[in-house]
Amino acid sequence: MTKAMTPPVRTPPPPAKQRFRLARYQDLALVPVILILLVIGAVLSPIFLTPANLIAVLTQQSELSLLVLGQAMILIVGRMDLSLESTVGLAPALAVALIIPASAGGLDVGLAAWLALPLCLLIGVVVGGVNGFLILKVGLSGFMVTLGMLTLLRGLQLAITEGKSLIDVPESFLYLGSTTWLGLPAAVWICVVCYAVGIFVLKYLRAGRSLYAIGGNSEAARAAGIRVDRVVWTVLVIGSVLAVVAGILMTGRLGSVAATQGEGMIFQVFAAAVIGGISLQGGKGTLFGALSGVLMLGLVEQILRLQGVSGFYIQASYGAVIILALVVTRFATGQKQE
Amino acid sequence: MSEYAAVARGVTKRFGQTLALDDVGIEIRAGESHALVGRNGAGKSTLVSVLTGMQVPDAGEVSFFGEPAPPVADRAAWRRHVACVYQKSTVVPELSVAENLFINRQDLGGGLISWRKLRREASSLLETYDVAVSPDELVSALTVEQRQLVEIARALSIGSRFVILDEPTAQLDGPAIERLFDRLRSLQDKGVTFLFISHHLQEVYEVCQTVTVYRDARHVVTAPVAEMSKPGLIEAMTGEAGGLNVPGGDDRPSSGEEVLRVSSLSGEHFSDVSLLVTRGEVIGLAGSASSGKHEFAETVYGLRRPSLGTISVDGSAVRGGDVPAALKAGIGCVPRDRHQQGLVLDLSIAENATMSTAGSFVWPSAQRSAGRAAIAAYDVKAAGPDQPVSDLSGGNQQKVVMARALAGDPSVLVLINPTAGVDVKSKESLLGVVDAQARRGKAAIVVSDELDDLRVCDRVLVLFHGRVVREFDRGWRDQDLIAAIEGIAGEMDAGQ
Repeated sequence: MTKAMTPPVRTPPPPAKQRFRLARYQDLALVPVILILLVIGAVLSPIFLTPANLIAVLTQQSELSLLVLGQAMILIVGRMDLSLESTVGLAPALAVALIIPASAGGLDVGLAAWLALPLCLLIGVVVGGVNGFLILKVGLSGFMVTLGMLTLLRGLQLAITEGKSLIDVPESFLYLGSTTWLGLPAAVWICVVCYAVGIFVLKYLRAGRSLYAIGGNSEAARAAGIRVDRVVWTVLVIGSVLAVVAGILMTGRLGSVAATQGEGMIFQVFAAAVIGGISLQGGKGTLFGALSGVLMLGLVEQILRLQGVSGFYIQASYGAVIILALVVTRFATGQKQE
Repeated sequence: MSEYAAVARGVTKRFGQTLALDDVGIEIRAGESHALVGRNGAGKSTLVSVLTGMQVPDAGEVSFFGEPAPPVADRAAWRRHVACVYQKSTVVPELSVAENLFINRQDLGGGLISWRKLRREASSLLETYDVAVSPDELVSALTVEQRQLVEIARALSIGSRFVILDEPTAQLDGPAIERLFDRLRSLQDKGVTFLFISHHLQEVYEVCQTVTVYRDARHVVTAPVAEMSKPGLIEAMTGEAGGLNVPGGDDRPSSGEEVLRVSSLSGEHFSDVSLLVTRGEVIGLAGSASSGKHEFAETVYGLRRPSLGTISVDGSAVRGGDVPAALKAGIGCVPRDRHQQGLVLDLSIAENATMSTAGSFVWPSAQRSAGRAAIAAYDVKAAGPDQPVSDLSGGNQQKVVMARALAGDPSVLVLINPTAGVDVKSKESLLGVVDAQARRGKAAIVVSDELDDLRVCDRVLVLFHGRVVREFDRGWRDQDLIAAIEGIAGEMDAGQ
């Protein structure tokens, strides 16, 4: 009775090459948008395409881009860290306060000035480590722990500095914040190197690939022999350290640590990551995509600034632009954002 | 009223380039239990979504009790005609049974929700269908069996007299399956029509009167179950003559050389289990869902920490509760549930297959060629190594899990439900891999209660409440093994 059956219907599998190109294309989805923004900028303002202006954009975005790099990795591994923005302020503030005398607003501990950088990085490791401990070992909600940490660190900074800006900033910070290497600010080079390393690790190292496995399905990752907690913990620490580096660059660039340093950045961090194709559910997205999200926001911001949008309106227009950017990205990539 | 509960004619459905249904039909008589069988990818799920109004066919028509199907937008009308209990549960776990039964109609037409009335209605509904759960219970606290009954009761309470059951037995153990079947028969007596989808042909013979077979998106045959022999059914499904061709492994060479030794291992849900597996030996572990067999196997692979006892491979002890240590010692594992533990669905075949074995550096070209090798070696039907595993059918996904388990060339294999939810062909191919690995001198533990899986084994140990109660050598009789699994061996012996 089954002899008369027609042969099985076989759909020709799409050639592997074509698939590969498509996957690559999604990574580059924002590149045309960035090009269009450059054209719009050039049309609206004659100075837009000058090297000075473009370098200014890159420099302004360098600190945000480091936060996005950290947050993107944390999101890919399936977590989130809201406390990054207050780490940006607290780490330099605490390190500086431990060095400078009380007369300059410090804590009168009098540590050597060369300790500023290592101390800052250590603070980053401690913050990320504590977050990781509370989330992974104690088993608390990551969202709430880092929200608590966000408030705690900001409050700590206010308590230490009594709400004042610290202006007696060590040489090492000022150097990193102001020097140029080969015509580009050091901050931009640092970002380029961090992203290059990050992109390489997440593509070519087993440890990097494990971020996607954990974010995609942590049970499966565990069954495949990946030490899930260790990887997540490491990523949280790296995220905090990157936030500290952003804080150091910002302190150096501005020449002081404001009591509000970093405040409000976390919104832009998430916006850039999501625009760049990072899924809030974990396991999806690339660092290159995240970087293009940062650049896109930077260009839009600069266009608004050059158009002389009034200071009272800039914040509202910035929020509107982020929502608009999300809409544009949604259709440029053809993917629903999660 | 028509004599047919549901009729589909000339249904064609395409997804992009893939033809999911090619001019197929089905006629389900009112009051019968109609089985729909076919290999993975035959088009069963697509037909279900057409019959439930979730997908609009490109061509063809559907009617219920002689009336044409309602427009797709009218969900309420569809729900009155047809209900579907999916493999994946569609109840909200953190809400009560009562609220789930009346979800999105909690007000019972009154505008305001009266919780007392809702509870009362729920209890009487549960009573009507003889479901022994409290309406106040949270659904998350129910067993799989109870949850399914709640879903069936909900479907019937909406007024539908035609219920589609999509692999309802996949997650149930033996006695629960029997209870489900009893219930289906009694509902059928009350005039409910069922479309029953299952990979277990035995179940088709047990509860259904008519069977329809699909293969490669086409309708192959519809016949009364009584006129369809099991080999004939398998032939219709696979297009090849002959029954399930599972290697028995009678002729496998045996050796006395010990590979895996488990000494009085205890842990969650099992205690004091000892086991010795030699090179080339395959050991089956059978038992009900609560027997502790899964927990035991997961402990051997390091997914769980043992409370007592030791595991050693080739004479050296393996640290308990540590998957990387188990992998290093040479234990490979196909975990219990491929979606939960086996695969990262968004990642590619190549990446999933090499997840346990990649070196520190991952070269995409090397990974891709390893993926290609796995596709060839395990007969995975896929477009290429870059394809995400979420695109694959269940059987092919399971082959990728198998590829990952074997990627490091382990000397011990722990296979938990290795053929769960896969079609006949994939099952043959997966069990063929187990046999071939044993012939290469590997030791294997197969945890399953599917008799087909256990036939490949040299010995079968039966666990009951966490202890080994029986051991069968090759050549066991089905009914003896099943009796031991259900824990009724003693009574059976006494009765004979």
